[in-house]
Parts: sequence; structure tokens; C-alpha cells
Amino acid sequence: MNKPQEQAGAPSNYSRREVMVGLFSLAALAALAPGCSPKSKVLRAYFHKHFKELKPAELKAVLAIWAERYQLAYGQPVAVQATPPLDGVKFGYALDISRCIGCRRCVYGCVEENNQSRDPQVHWITVLEMEQDKGIDLHHSTPYYNPATVPQPDKFYFPVACQQCENPPCVKVCPVNATWKEPDGIVVIDYDWCVGCRCCLTACPYGARHFNWKQPGLPAGEVNPATEYLGTRPRVKGVVEKCTFCLQRVRQGRYPKCVEVCPVGARKFGNLLDPHSEIRYILQHKRIYILKEELNTEPKFFYYFGL
Amino acid sequence: MKSVFHFLRECLRIISRGNAAYYVWMVFLLVCVGQGLLAYGHQLDAGLGVTNMRDAVSWGFYIGNFTFLVGVAAAAVLLVIPAYIYDWKPIKEVVVYGELLALAAIVMCLLFVLVDMGRPERLWHLLPVLGRPHFPSSLLAWDALVLNIYFLINLTVVCFLLFAAFRGRPYNRKVVVPLVILSIPAAVGIHTVTAFLYNGMASRPYWNSAILAPRFLASAFCSGPAVLLILFQVLRKVSRFEIKDDAIHKIAELMAYAMAFNLFLFGAELFKEFYSHTADVVHYQYLLYGVHGQPSPIAPFAWASLCMAIAAFLLFLIPRTRQWPVTMNLGCLLIYFSVYIEKGIALIIPGYTPDTLGQIYEYVPSPTELRVSVGIFGAGFLLFTLLVKVAIYLLSDQPHAAPEPAAARR
Amino acid sequence: MTTDQGDNNAKVRRNRRFVAPALVSGALLLGIGRAPADTQPTPATNSVDQATLIAVTPPPFSKGIFPCSECHKPDDKVNRTPRIVAEHDTVVFEHDKKNRWCLDCHDAQDRDKLRLASGVLLDFRESFKLCGQCHGTQLRDWTAGEHGKRTGSWSGQKQYLLCVNCHNPHSPRFRPVKPLPPPQRPELSK
Repeated sequence: MNKPQEQAGAPSNYSRREVMVGLFSLAALAALAPGCSPKSKVLRAYFHKHFKELKPAELKAVLAIWAERYQLAYGQPVAVQATPPLDGVKFGYALDISRCIGCRRCVYGCVEENNQSRDPQVHWITVLEMEQDKGIDLHHSTPYYNPATVPQPDKFYFPVACQQCENPPCVKVCPVNATWKEPDGIVVIDYDWCVGCRCCLTACPYGARHFNWKQPGLPAGEVNPATEYLGTRPRVKGVVEKCTFCLQRVRQGRYPKCVEVCPVGARKFGNLLDPHSEIRYILQHKRIYILKEELNTEPKFFYYFGL
Repeated sequence: MKSVFHFLRECLRIISRGNAAYYVWMVFLLVCVGQGLLAYGHQLDAGLGVTNMRDAVSWGFYIGNFTFLVGVAAAAVLLVIPAYIYDWKPIKEVVVYGELLALAAIVMCLLFVLVDMGRPERLWHLLPVLGRPHFPSSLLAWDALVLNIYFLINLTVVCFLLFAAFRGRPYNRKVVVPLVILSIPAAVGIHTVTAFLYNGMASRPYWNSAILAPRFLASAFCSGPAVLLILFQVLRKVSRFEIKDDAIHKIAELMAYAMAFNLFLFGAELFKEFYSHTADVVHYQYLLYGVHGQPSPIAPFAWASLCMAIAAFLLFLIPRTRQWPVTMNLGCLLIYFSVYIEKGIALIIPGYTPDTLGQIYEYVPSPTELRVSVGIFGAGFLLFTLLVKVAIYLLSDQPHAAPEPAAARR
Repeated sequence: MTTDQGDNNAKVRRNRRFVAPALVSGALLLGIGRAPADTQPTPATNSVDQATLIAVTPPPFSKGIFPCSECHKPDDKVNRTPRIVAEHDTVVFEHDKKNRWCLDCHDAQDRDKLRLASGVLLDFRESFKLCGQCHGTQLRDWTAGEHGKRTGSWSGQKQYLLCVNCHNPHSPRFRPVKPLPPPQRPELSK
């Protein structure tokens, strides 16, 4: 269950904080009344509580504010949802290094699906080209390869994105609890709570987190309107973002976008708790490589060798 | 209450008077602050993209300066240790100036953290009760806490000392002495927590070394006193502030030992990295010469820092050069710049280069970063100048128990 | 069911039952890149009992080639000597060409069918069974969802691509493709 108000550990602290928030700004309190003006909505969005402390009605109000803002910004209806995680599910991902051809279809499929900034460029997936005679060696890799065709005969390709660690170092270092691991294993970010200190970029061993150094450039016609509060909704400058396994798709039962656009079927996804899932089949039958296993982050993103 | 008001008015009076040099210095600092504010306004508007930090090197000049200044803040007060533990009089007199330096340095630290934030208006998320600080696991949350505690301790001590001096009475020892004693572990604390901020990042092998915190303390023991020594000599020239040569030489001697320890720890780190020569050695290679056959842009700075440190160590080791003012001041400058490079450049950048995916992004600060940093240093020096001016007047120039303006010669 | 590999588990056998009813009839001209229709989202479950359907994308015939019986009649006299067939000069044959030729897979009499080594005739939509005669491990992994691409729902209905949707059966090796543009270097995003 993700409905955090049910698990908020210290109720006394919680109510005190609520009082403090109220005292902090009368304007914010006034804004909590229904039927408020646009100006009070700004305050309301600014002062709203941490995602995990929002009551269902408050959450609904926050989602509505964002939907309205996006509608204004992009001239089209944009749904902002907060789909809870599914019970009995822990998501896992597997990527077949022996099949990936380095074509970057996943990179751009992800950009379009997840409303990443086009300019400045934000890519959640980095595809590294490696040399076959060096093996998996990050220090002899490059993401900037650009031959006429791929795969090149003496190279192989190693896509990296968020590894959705069981022990996520990025979550540990966040000074304001703006990022956390959901019960289904997905590490999410509350873009309304992130202060942009970038501790998590430093802590992540996989270069998976990306900071909005400028106002994200997302053209109005290119918005994916099916968004999640903790996932794919358009971001603002100064906050951190990263892969969420396509939260907006996988919590609806669908495959992540990168899985569906991969032309060689190198990307696999499923429920680690289901012994009959594809992902469990791979873990049982294939040779697995875990990136930086020695760091004890316990990724739920597994590289494997299908051939 | 009335006397507090009097005190504040007196402070205002003190800082509004001075000679031409004082006014020129003030105007210069205000110009620094003003252009810094303009640059920061630009950064707020356009985003941190106007810095040269990117995902690969996500902390840069701001956090480097922050780290250096935490060291200055910590070490300024560490002079208190010999003064109070060994009840060593010559240094005891000057502790208040150490506290003032610590105050100014902490303010600069907090400003450097502030300007590094992507969403500074959300800083209240860090506050207890109101926000959701991530205790106990986030070192940055701890750092914010200890820095603020340290700030408050020093602020309280300084206010008590100056207010007592203003009223011409002895200060309340029951309040001041425990706070001064408390400031010793707090000083060690701020620097250790700041070191742990880097140290705890297993993703960055360059920092993930157990001797990082000791190295921080050792280098802070050099840089903080270096600032103070120069300051004391300036004050001795321009005011009735008194400090014995004996104390200055003793501090210089302590600095020599601290520098020896600092160099030893650095050597230990070098040995471990280059002898074992794991894949992680690339960061030290980037620091000292470069990787993949590409010369590193920071290598000249790293070597300069090392050479300055060794030279200063030798100057402070030999009693004759330690005691001759010219070589002593040269040594202080060498240490200051050596540690500034070590903390500001050589600590941060190689930690990020190559990045966690082995890629190299060559970071150098952008003009905006330099301008904002100059602004913050301007603000810090401004605060420090004002504090010192008030302190000198109240502690040494002011005829005791005579609040009327007797000596307005500066 | 002649292609079962030794370690097929109960799940796989259960899946197989659903192959035939789930086959899509209708337009047969889907190419590799063609996205399958979206499926309705199904709530997640790790229940063993949930029927997981295997829907297979139709085989990618060249335009105007099927049904083969338009030209090849069941009672035609067939020359069974391996040779290059001039009529099918669009076919580039690079599939173990020293040892293989058309009639190893295509049935000599009923050209609208494929033929297993056992003599069993197969619809083109079941060509994976034919491939699996030689490529047993691949068939096993494909059936389990490891080899090849699945689309749709990780927790419910999903579509498989046939072997031949990705691998041209006459020259199965993948063709190199042009990569999409590399990311911008951070140095240039100032």
C-alpha cells in the first residue's frame, strides 16, 4: 500500500506539523478553501505537504492544480494521476547484453513517453558502446558513438538507466525525503518537494539521475498526456528526475515503453514475485551480470547473456 | 532591554565611522556583493544551467568553497583548545576573533549551500516540524543541523563577550565558558559531518576513504590559523589590539605539525591508490596528470597546491623562518592558497571525473559561478570587517566603563 | 505438439493450449516494426491460475506471394533436387545454404503449408514450431518470453512476434541499422 497517511509513523508529530503549516501562512490556509483564485492556487501548490502526508482530498486538489497548470502550459488536457502500487508486485527488469545492438530506439522512445526535456536534452537511458576485447569496462566506454550502422563488429552495447536498487543510495542521502522506494520497488521522486541539492546525483553509482539545469523544453505538441504525479508529469527547472520503469504504464499492467520499442527484444520486464514471470525465468536460466554489484545496492535491473 | 538598544546603536555608530581606507574597503565589498546579487538573480531566473555544473559534475565551485569555509570556521575555533584546556593565556585573548571568523565563515558556508540549490525557495522542507528533514540517514540534513548549531553557539558567545565589554563588566563565565568548550566538539563536528557528506558516497571511490575526515581536520588546522595569523598582524598595526609574538609563533608551530600530518595523510592516500592500482586510481590520475592520454586541466593546480603545502611546512618547521615576519606571512599565504585549492578544486572535481559511467566532462567554473562566489566572499568579509571593528573598539580601544565616544579615530 | 523441449514446465504446456484460439486471423501483412494493438490493462497478479494468452503476430509475407497455391497446385509434379529456383529470385537464401533448400521447410504438395521433419503439416502462423526443430533452445526461451519481443501487458494478455517477424527465414541474420543520434555532450549544452 502506498496510501501513506495510513502508515505515517508519528501521528502527534504529524498533527503538530499540520498546525505549523497552517500557522506558517494564513494565505496558505485561505488557499485550502474550495473555489480559490489562481493566485491562491500558487500558494497552495507551494505550501502543500509532502506527498506521503497528503490526505486523499488534499492529494486530489494538488493533482487538479497540476492538471490545470499543464493544460494552460501545453494547450491540451493532461491527466495527472497518483496510481498506487499494486499488491504482491515487485518489478524487475532484465536486459540482454548479447542482443542489444545499440540503436538507441529505447532512448528516444523513453524521451517521448516520459515527457523529458528535448532542449536542454535529458535522456534517462544512456547506451554505452564498449569494446569486445575489453569486456564490461566503463572507463573504456562511450555514449557518443555514431557509426553509419550498428552493431559494429568489434563492439557491444550496454544501456544504463535507473537500476531501481533495493538499497538505493540516492534515497539515503536525500535531505528532505523527496525521493523514496515504493512498495513495488520503484524509486520515485516528488518533484514538488525536491530542493535540487543534487546529493542524489552524487550518490547514484549509475549516473541515472538527471537534474533540470534549465527550464525543461517540452514542445506543446509532444506532451504525453497520461501522466503520473510521481512519474512522467512535466518537470520544472531545478529538480531531479529519473527512470521510473514507466510507472504510468506498468501500474496499469503494461510493459515499459523501452521494452516495447526495442527492435531486438533485448529488454524484459515483469514481476519478481511471480515465479512464472519472464523475469524469473531469466533469473533462473540465464547468466546474470549486476552492474557494480560490490556496492551492495541490489539493483532490480539485471543484465544477462541470452546467447 | 534598554541597554541592548544602546548596544546596537553603539555598534551602528562604530561601524559607520572610519578612515578613508575603511570606507574604500567597504565600498569595494559592497560592489562585490552587488554584482554577486545581480549574477545570482540571473542564475535564479535562468536556472543552474548558467553554471558549468552538469549531471556528470553535479557539484562544483560553490560546494568546493563551502567545504573550504567549513574548514576555516572549524579551525578558527580550534585555537580555543590550547587556550582553555591548557589555560594558555597568550591565545586566550584572541579566541573572540576566532569566533568572529567562524561566524563569518559559517554565514558564507550557508550562502554557498543556498546558491547551489535548484529550488532555494523550498529550503523550508529541510526544517524540522515544518518540512521533512531526512534524519538520521541524510548527511546533508545533519550538516545543515550542525552548521546552524555551530552558528548559534558562536553567535551567542560573541554577543555575550561584546555586550559585556560594552557594559564594561566581566562577561558571564557560567554561560560563556561552557559554550566555548561546547564549540570545540561542534567545530570538530561540522568538519567531520562535512567530510562524511563526501565520504559516505560509495559511488565515488575518490571520497570513499576512511581518512577523508582526518584529512579535512588536518588541513583545516592549517588554513584557519593562517587566516587568523595574518589578521592578528593587521589588527596589531591598525588598532590597539595586542597579541604577543610568543602566541603568534606558537600558533605557527602548531600549523607546522598540522601540515605535516596533512601531508602524511595525503601521502598515505597516494600510496594506497597507486600501489594497489585498482580501477579507481583514475581519479587520482585525473588529479595529478590526466587519463586516456589527455592532460588534466586541474593537474597544475593540484601540483601547485602540493608544492605550496610543502614549502609552507618547511617555513613553519624551521624556527628562524617561522619567527621572521616575512617568511611567516609568506607561509600563511602559501597555506591559505594550498588548502583553498585542495578543498575548492582538488577535492570536488576529481571525485566526479571520470563520472560513475566512466565519462569525462571537464568542469571549470563559469563566469556566473565566479561572480556569485565573489559576492558571497564579499558578504562574508563585509560581515567579518564589521564584527571585528565593533570587537576591537569594545575590547581594546574603548576606555573601560566609558560609553561616550572617546576614540573615534578610525 | 512435437517441439516440446525437455524442460518445458507446466506453464509452457498450459500456454500452448491457448495458441490456436488466440491466433489472429485477418490481415497478414504486418511488418516487423508494426506495433500491436494496445490491450486493456489487467490488474497485476502473481496467481499461477491466471491464463496468460500467447497471441502471435501474423507472419510477414511479401506482397502478393500468398497463398502459394495460386501458382503451385497440389497435383503439380515436383522436382525434388535441391537447386536455385529462378522464379523466386527475390529470395536471398542465406540460411545454412549448403545443406538446406526450399522443400526442407515448405511442403512439396501443399505449398500453403509448412512441413515438419516428422511429416506434420503446419500453418504459416505456427512457423515457430518449424524453426524450433533445429533451434530448440531458442523456441524454449521464446515460449518462456525470454527470446524475442513481447508487447502488451506484463501481467496479462500479451503478444508474441513470430520468429519470422524478426528473422527473415531465408536469411535470418539481423541487418545492421542506423543508430538514432548520440546524446549531446555536456560541454556543448552551455
